[in-house]
Amino acid sequence: MATQLLEKATVLFAGDSGDGMQLTGSQFSLTTALHGNDLATFPDFPAEIRAPIGTVSGVSGFKVNFGSTRIFTSGGKVDTLVAMNVAALVKNLDQLKANGLIIVNEGGFDARNLKLANYTAGQNPLTDGTLSNFQVITIDVNKLVKELLKDSPLGNKDRDRTRNMFMLGFVYWLYNRNPESTLQFLARKFAKLPDVMAANIAVFKAGLHYADTTELFSNRYEIQPAQMPPGKYRNIMGNEGLALGLVAASKKAGLDLFYAGYPITPASDILHELSNHKNFGVRTFQAEDEIAAIGAAIGASFGGHIGATGTSGPGMALKTEAMGLAFMIELPLVIVNVQRGGPSTGLPTKTEQADLLQAMFGRNGEAPMPVLACATPSDCFEVAFEATRIAIEHMTPVILLSDGYIANGAEPWPYPQAADLPTVTPPFATAETPYQPYFRDEKHVRQWAIPGMKGMQHRVGGLEKQELTGNVSYDAENHERMVKTRAAKVAAIANSIPEQQFDSGSTADPIVVVSWGSTYGASKVALANLRKEGVPCAHIHLRYLNPFPKNLGALLAQFSKVIVPELNDGQLVVLLRRAFLTPTESLTKIQGKPFLAAEIEAFVKQQYATL
Amino acid sequence: MTTDTVTAKDFATDQDVRWCPGCGDYSILKQVQSIMPELGLPKEDIAFISGIGCSSRFPYYMDTYGMHSIHGRATAIASGLKAARPELSVWIITGDGDGLSIGGNHLIHLLRRNVDVNILLFNNEIYGLTKGQYSPTSELGKFTKSSPLGVIDQPFNPLSLAMGADASFIARAIDRDPILLRDVLRAGNLHKGSSFIEIYQNCNVFNDGAFDPYSDKKRKAEETLILQEGKPLVFGLDNAMGIQLDGLTPRMVSLATCSADDLWIHDSKDHTKAWLLTRFFDDPKVAGHFPRPFGVFYQQERPTYEKAMQEQVKQAVEKFGEGDLDVLLAGRNNWEI
Ligand code: SF4
Repeated sequence: MATQLLEKATVLFAGDSGDGMQLTGSQFSLTTALHGNDLATFPDFPAEIRAPIGTVSGVSGFKVNFGSTRIFTSGGKVDTLVAMNVAALVKNLDQLKANGLIIVNEGGFDARNLKLANYTAGQNPLTDGTLSNFQVITIDVNKLVKELLKDSPLGNKDRDRTRNMFMLGFVYWLYNRNPESTLQFLARKFAKLPDVMAANIAVFKAGLHYADTTELFSNRYEIQPAQMPPGKYRNIMGNEGLALGLVAASKKAGLDLFYAGYPITPASDILHELSNHKNFGVRTFQAEDEIAAIGAAIGASFGGHIGATGTSGPGMALKTEAMGLAFMIELPLVIVNVQRGGPSTGLPTKTEQADLLQAMFGRNGEAPMPVLACATPSDCFEVAFEATRIAIEHMTPVILLSDGYIANGAEPWPYPQAADLPTVTPPFATAETPYQPYFRDEKHVRQWAIPGMKGMQHRVGGLEKQELTGNVSYDAENHERMVKTRAAKVAAIANSIPEQQFDSGSTADPIVVVSWGSTYGASKVALANLRKEGVPCAHIHLRYLNPFPKNLGALLAQFSKVIVPELNDGQLVVLLRRAFLTPTESLTKIQGKPFLAAEIEAFVKQQYATL
Repeated sequence: MTTDTVTAKDFATDQDVRWCPGCGDYSILKQVQSIMPELGLPKEDIAFISGIGCSSRFPYYMDTYGMHSIHGRATAIASGLKAARPELSVWIITGDGDGLSIGGNHLIHLLRRNVDVNILLFNNEIYGLTKGQYSPTSELGKFTKSSPLGVIDQPFNPLSLAMGADASFIARAIDRDPILLRDVLRAGNLHKGSSFIEIYQNCNVFNDGAFDPYSDKKRKAEETLILQEGKPLVFGLDNAMGIQLDGLTPRMVSLATCSADDLWIHDSKDHTKAWLLTRFFDDPKVAGHFPRPFGVFYQQERPTYEKAMQEQVKQAVEKFGEGDLDVLLAGRNNWEI
């Protein structure tokens, strides 16, 4: 048996939503990270909690792309597909590389499952030649598990639930993974259910041994640890990183975090995560609706906490009016939008970047707000920290855009030390001069007086206010000045953020790809491949979407072609054209799925040919 | 904290009060300002949060911290403020449109959570600020700008609604009875939990006289029932009438034929009786109607939301220690390269 050294691989675990594929995939990811590989993951699950069993719409998948080189996307084509039933195979076959490996649970290919996946009687993809271009390994996991657990005190249902562990063990052997952390995990997770623990461990080991003893493979794979910069690492998921960024920034500002949310996919995990960190002074408030969530967060900010709220597109629509209030009363507030496919309810479990223009312009009146976007799961931490810093130091609500792809994705993260994080300074009012709520400093930032501060009682509100005093004012000129001043305050944030850098390439290249949000990874991989092929193009990734970094316009002006890939119908291009009159080439994808690097490469080449 | 130097006047601001002359809001403002010194709190520890509507201008006239927020959301905003800062005295100013229509959802959820705030719902049974449309408390058949043929929506009974949402303190007052209003405000302030106080407020521009039966000198005695703790329910000229409970059925009786000892004795801790009192909601034009009760209907001690939240933070600290950012960032599984 030979061990073949690979640079990277992509494994996709797919099964019915009840088959435990998410857990299987995350265990594989964790072990792979501990192995020292770089990786990116992408869960893909149905919108329905219990979609009809055995159907294509009920398939749940978890994709892991890992390698001994740096990994920037959760992968294009799949090397190894684990299919627990017919539907899982049918749904994912087009993702598989030519000659890729399929590990099939034959037990999921009985007449019933075939029918549910719309096969007519007598037809079966395992036998009809559909899979002739792939390597197929067929194992009747159902039968093996049944046999293995015949003396287990568990009921049938619980026994069947362990099948995923067989596949996990099997794939561990195939990719030379150390089973230790999963064994520990199972022992911990089922500590209170010894029978369930024993069954899962037995089935997991059986999978490992089965791969070892049956000579199903001609070789095993090894993917050596990646050359990552030295440091301490952990795995991080996007929503988790975002939550930690909020906590870290609040601590660095010396404020308590108050996070209010209403359950919504794919943002709820931020609420779940934060509700576990009350010992950091974090208060979580599950509100009665989206409006109450932002309202409560505004109330908390008025009280001197840092208020934050998180949601997805439809929830953003509901929060709009309250955002205007926060903007008007100039209180710090972080509003997270984990974007999903829209409009309306759209595609709740799929990713999209179509709320950028909503973030920019979706309020009544002139109400510009800072907008930032996260690029990767670990970047969620940094951007959440930065969004909170801007909110506090500039006394403004800030919108932070994430999306379903990064929210649920995971990657290794060289986490920082608390002492290395910057300090955040709230502009609290001082008692030196009589307090004027709308007196501004040179950055146009007003001072923050919170209840309890003596002699600074004041009233804020959504009505237009007089400069300095904050008293209600309907004066024509005052209104115009206030509108301009509030806009100038947000624009001035450009002075406190870094200038735009290149992710790769330089102004010597004729072409630049400008990415934002989760298109970062696919763009980065595409650019690396293009450069290898001799296509001279640079890469700029935007974290700050409003205001843009000060030097962005000048940078873009130096390229013959500016290419903007987006998971929407072309929204950043609107902003770039508006700000800089930049001619841009828009590459859009609106399928609820992230870009493949190959799609970006093809587009850039096509544009290069027209130069 | 010594407060003997603070007077009602200290709570006024330099802003001109802009309600229509004769509006019931003036009296309410005055009574609120006059009981403020009794809170025993410095001004900076008090916050007034309002929504939108005539009444919601109120915070501008109080020299405390304040927010004139957006329509219907004062309850949500105040919930966040109180949860973050339990030590503050938080007052919500709302109206029948703001609190019961656009903000109805937040109101019921605040009440069920029992956030320790005082909610003053100025009920004038009309939309004043938008110039005279019917509100969720306008009576059936009422002619307004938006109901030229008469209102066809059944009005809310705000106190029954509050009871349905499990409010822990329920009271009614009226702008024209300052003594009663002050008493109710004091009781609401002392109550630990959400105090829901409906205040009948005359909008003399768009709905003048809506509450005349309860303030008019000649009719008041017959039409109002003043609730006093531990006292029999009596009303009418010279308190000649009383309410008796026959099982769960209230009956009006003449004290000429019935002894005061046999009357319904007001007990604000009794949920069932409080519910029955909120149902004394008859149209005063209908013959045989019950008088309208005023005062404290119900009060119940139960844990407040912000205390429970504070407790959870405290327990988390006891269990896991003060949050250590480095431990949080490192997570459970990490490795070194
Ligand atoms: S419209 Fe009515 S409620 Fe509003 S201020 Fe005038 S009188 Fe008062």
